[in-house]
Amino acid sequence: MAMTVQLDVVSAEEKIFSGLVESVQVTGSEGELGILPFHAPLLTTLKPGMVRIVKQFGEEHLIYVAGGVLEVQPDTITVLADVAVRGEDLDEQAALDAQKRAEEAMQHASADFNYAEAAAQLAEAIAQLRVIQKMRKK
Amino acid sequence: MAGGKEIKSKIGSINNTRKITSAMEKVAVSKMRKAQDRVAATRPYAEGMRKVIGNVAQGTLEYRHPYLAEREIKRVGYIVISTDRGLCGGLNTNEFKKVAAELKGWKDKNVDAQFAVIGNKATAFFKRFGGKVVAAQPGSGDVPRLADVIGSVQVMLQAFNEGRIDRLFLVYNKFVNTMKQEPVIDQLLPLPKADIAQKEHNWDYLYEPDPKPILDMLLTRYIESQVYQGVVENSASEQAARMVAMKAATDNAGNLMDDLKLVYNKARQAAITQELSEIVAGAAAVG
Repeated sequence: MAMTVQLDVVSAEEKIFSGLVESVQVTGSEGELGILPFHAPLLTTLKPGMVRIVKQFGEEHLIYVAGGVLEVQPDTITVLADVAVRGEDLDEQAALDAQKRAEEAMQHASADFNYAEAAAQLAEAIAQLRVIQKMRKK
Repeated sequence: MAGGKEIKSKIGSINNTRKITSAMEKVAVSKMRKAQDRVAATRPYAEGMRKVIGNVAQGTLEYRHPYLAEREIKRVGYIVISTDRGLCGGLNTNEFKKVAAELKGWKDKNVDAQFAVIGNKATAFFKRFGGKVVAAQPGSGDVPRLADVIGSVQVMLQAFNEGRIDRLFLVYNKFVNTMKQEPVIDQLLPLPKADIAQKEHNWDYLYEPDPKPILDMLLTRYIESQVYQGVVENSASEQAARMVAMKAATDNAGNLMDDLKLVYNKARQAAITQELSEIVAGAAAVG
């Protein structure tokens, strides 16, 4: 049997996932990370993106997070997400709209326009869409 | 009929009060349910955070964050969370008493205290009590938001960073169950070490990208989440305490009304008896 490690994904609003997993894939601030059981202690921030979980016995799960912190201990992994949504609860139309709004805002930049905020919104929308597309392919 | 009218009007006014308290009780019941759900929803995050911070405090980190280091105590800071409105039994009073007792201990050791208060009741209390209030903020009503607590937290964190306080505590009412709310004082800074037995090896995290920004963000977020959790718990406690207090008030009003009704009826009967005996006596005198 494959080795497993305890994973907890929590956001400020609720507990999203808790259970034994074979591997986890997240979008760290420096790039994609794949984490297997008995990983060395690691602390990193997360970018908007998806958390791909392979549960015990190989079942796959996708979660969208809008940023947060990842802590890895050899025996437990904790994702403290700012906002986390299970893949199946994501709203594609809302994500597409958000992407369009953010792109428009960046093109028609006005004086009181906050570039960083719009870019962050765009990144979030794109990350959500990626999760949705991945779910379709499965 | 002596006092009959007065008693009747008294019964009427008590009845009106009872209607109000029983309405307040029903409102508190429904608000408490929502507040309880909110407590349950925010607990996993706060617990996850505490677990991670416990690990961080245990590791042998290459970068010693100031929030992890114990220093000599000259001044302490308290973030006190209270309710905005009264009529919730001894909830606030018990909390303030606990703080006052702690302060006495500090005073004996010549330690000054500063306060950041959230909620109108705490603001009013510390105005009377005396004590240096560095930040005051009304509570955020029935639906606490994280944005509401950040202001007070920032003031205290800055004070800690600049060495104006050497320890930071959080005071709130913990929601145990509907009948029980406990005032608690938690130490936020420096981080208390996790209770679990020390791990055998010295270890440090791998950091991406650098230790300082990550720990800064993580620890700030930890404090914010703990304070937010306190606000949420306090709001659930407030509703529960109000529910119990209003139920007691409604019951008391009922008892009072029963007693007064008895007095009223007795007075009425006495008046009738007296009138009858007067008539009988009068008739006897005539006959």
